[in-house]
Amino acid sequence: MAKRREPIWIARDLSKCSGCRRCEIACSLFHEKRMWPEASRIRVFMLVPGVEFPHFCAQCEDYPCVQACPVNALSISKETSAVLVNVEVCTGCGQCIDACPGRIPHMHPTENHILICNLCNGEPQCVKVCQEGLWNVLRIVSRKDFAYKLYARMPEEITRDLAVKIYGEKGREFL
Amino acid sequence: MIFGYAGKFLEVNLSTGVSEELKFDDDVLREYVGGRGLAAKILWDRLGGKWESIDPLGPENILLFLTGPLTGFFPGGRICVSGKSPQSNGVVGSTVAGEFGVELKCAGYDGIVVTGEAERPVYLFVKDSDVEIRDASHVWGKDAKQTVAVLTKECRELLKTRFPQKGEWKEPAILYIGPAGESRVRTAVVAAKWTHAAGYGGYGAVMGSKKLKAVVVKGTGPLPEAADMEKVEQLMQDVCENAYENELWRRWGTGSAGYEVGAKTSSEPVRNWQDEWHDEKSFGVDQFENRVWIKQYWGDFGCPTTCLKIAVVKTGRFKGAITDNPDYELQAYLGPNLGVFTPEENVFLTALIDDLGLCGIQTGNVLGFAAELFQRGILTKEDLDGLEPRWGDAEAFAALARKIAFREGLGDVLAEGTYRAALKIGEIKNVNVMQYAVQAKGIGIGAHGIRSGKDYPQIYSYACSVQGGDHTSIAYMPLDSADSELDIMFHDSGVYCWFNAFELSRKFKFDFYNAVTGVELTQEGWINTKALRILQLQRAMLLLGGPDLKWDPKMHDENPLRFYEPLPSGPYKGKTVDKAKVEEDKRKYYEAVGWDETGIPKSETLRKLGLDDVDKALEKLR
Repeated sequence: MAKRREPIWIARDLSKCSGCRRCEIACSLFHEKRMWPEASRIRVFMLVPGVEFPHFCAQCEDYPCVQACPVNALSISKETSAVLVNVEVCTGCGQCIDACPGRIPHMHPTENHILICNLCNGEPQCVKVCQEGLWNVLRIVSRKDFAYKLYARMPEEITRDLAVKIYGEKGREFL
Repeated sequence: MIFGYAGKFLEVNLSTGVSEELKFDDDVLREYVGGRGLAAKILWDRLGGKWESIDPLGPENILLFLTGPLTGFFPGGRICVSGKSPQSNGVVGSTVAGEFGVELKCAGYDGIVVTGEAERPVYLFVKDSDVEIRDASHVWGKDAKQTVAVLTKECRELLKTRFPQKGEWKEPAILYIGPAGESRVRTAVVAAKWTHAAGYGGYGAVMGSKKLKAVVVKGTGPLPEAADMEKVEQLMQDVCENAYENELWRRWGTGSAGYEVGAKTSSEPVRNWQDEWHDEKSFGVDQFENRVWIKQYWGDFGCPTTCLKIAVVKTGRFKGAITDNPDYELQAYLGPNLGVFTPEENVFLTALIDDLGLCGIQTGNVLGFAAELFQRGILTKEDLDGLEPRWGDAEAFAALARKIAFREGLGDVLAEGTYRAALKIGEIKNVNVMQYAVQAKGIGIGAHGIRSGKDYPQIYSYACSVQGGDHTSIAYMPLDSADSELDIMFHDSGVYCWFNAFELSRKFKFDFYNAVTGVELTQEGWINTKALRILQLQRAMLLLGGPDLKWDPKMHDENPLRFYEPLPSGPYKGKTVDKAKVEEDKRKYYEAVGWDETGIPKSETLRKLGLDDVDKALEKLR
């Protein structure tokens, strides 16, 4: 998978997720040099067994997190269009979490700064392992003028929809 | 400190409510590794001196949840559950898949040691170093899916309230029991994620006896440091690539065996093992899949194989039943073993077994046993409170399974597991029914028969195993072969999924261990010393047994009597097991593992392994 120096987006097909969490492993190894699920920028939620899905930055077209940052710690990469966190500047105030419609940003478990997917500077490791496994939940596409913000949703909302999609009416009982 | 370990264990006394940290010397970890090996060591050190008097369902038993150094690193996370087994009165290293082991290590613990018993139903909540014993009265009595739903929600709320700055919290990992464990049913499991179960051993009953409904863990740290992470990453990649290549396990899990083990190897339980052959094609791969599977690939932490699938019955009488595949074992035991031959009925029964927190293998075994007694007129409709468990009647079996889970009527007797139920029913009816009990050392035989000679277990495999009927841990010669329990003990002690190790070289797992821990280990070193030592400990505790039952190798290192009956149909019709050959193989096996001709570990064997105290304790058996 070649590194792409253009605005990209990670296309996602949540209902195909096997819950293998190799994306979390790859992400944390790349960014933290450790296997560290809670420090992964992409997190697989399993609020209901069988309803696993990756939860990570949707790169909204209006970047509400970047707008909300009171200290300008967040910026938009010109190369990839990812949100970049300046960890030196970030105070860990959490206003970006509240600004995100899916509350996707989360705090680093031990450091005082926020974690947001930066697309591994154009070579997302999560996509690589997901493709390797032929799961095809994650795929890289060129960024277009789409309403990506629609993908920034709360884990509970995604779970509720997927649970019913997978289990039918009974899916409602498991939340 | 050895790499790959978190470096400490958590000990919780449910009687006093006190929890504290516990450490083991590096030497102990080097010799016993973790999981099953370390369980044998802990149990022997703490209870060995009074083993025979320890009631597995009493407060003195110790319940263990142990990871191993490979947990989390080797793709496919598992956790090992152990203690004195209420099935065998020995020690079983029972493992279950899921994220629990990973969360535990990320919380900073290699394992949890639970002692005592709570006064009221409780669950244990661990968030990194915060340990809390919480009230569980609101989930006591709830089935698997309800328990998971309530505890997931409740514990996420707790995390959000206590650590609001984090953002959204992911779910913690949960191990729990269902109603069967609460009723101390000896075929009850410790379960995860609705359908995953540590089945063999009956540790769900131990949790129930301690009134411990669940253990919930959230760890926010990284996995422990590995000795050579670059190498570990390479080896992880090798495991994944190997699995992606391996169509059979990835695509079908063990599901393809539902047809093949019946039709081809003729070693699948059919109607309580009265037969081992069937040719029912609806249990074959895509025929089964297309009727019920709604999720093709379902895996646990790091798993490339995803041998689990999700099945939902969408139409008909059993509409709404949800479970995993079922895997081969449950296809067999809650299928042909009960005369059930349609995927929908099989899924329905498996889902019910999950929900009740029962073991599909052990419960399928005892249900089949009861149905054969009914077939033979030994048990009547009156004995069964009006139930008539005829072969193939899924609803009757479901009703009987509920009676077992809640210990109602004859369900109370069947809840003791097949062997104990056979003793009891024999007494009540004044007739010997042991010939219909297909078990070894109190543990129902896994769904792989030995009569056709075409499946992997040998004719002495169950008779000589330290884990009885457990099909995942069998006696096998040569001792260093991949099917031998000495080899398998490494998977159960390193605590990872050996389904991801198929087709890899025999040396691979030791290379992986070395890359994680920095400790050198060879196949010879493992088999001839470390595994052999664990085997002797397990054998010693199994033979000491008690308090309700003891095993005399002369009588009980034996196959179920059914296996000496000729196969009545199929390609191997007429084949049976030669008793003289079993005796001959047993003698060879005893010799190979250093046991005397009566099956007791020799002094010489034990002393050479540094187990002098075990030798002393076994004096009374010689």
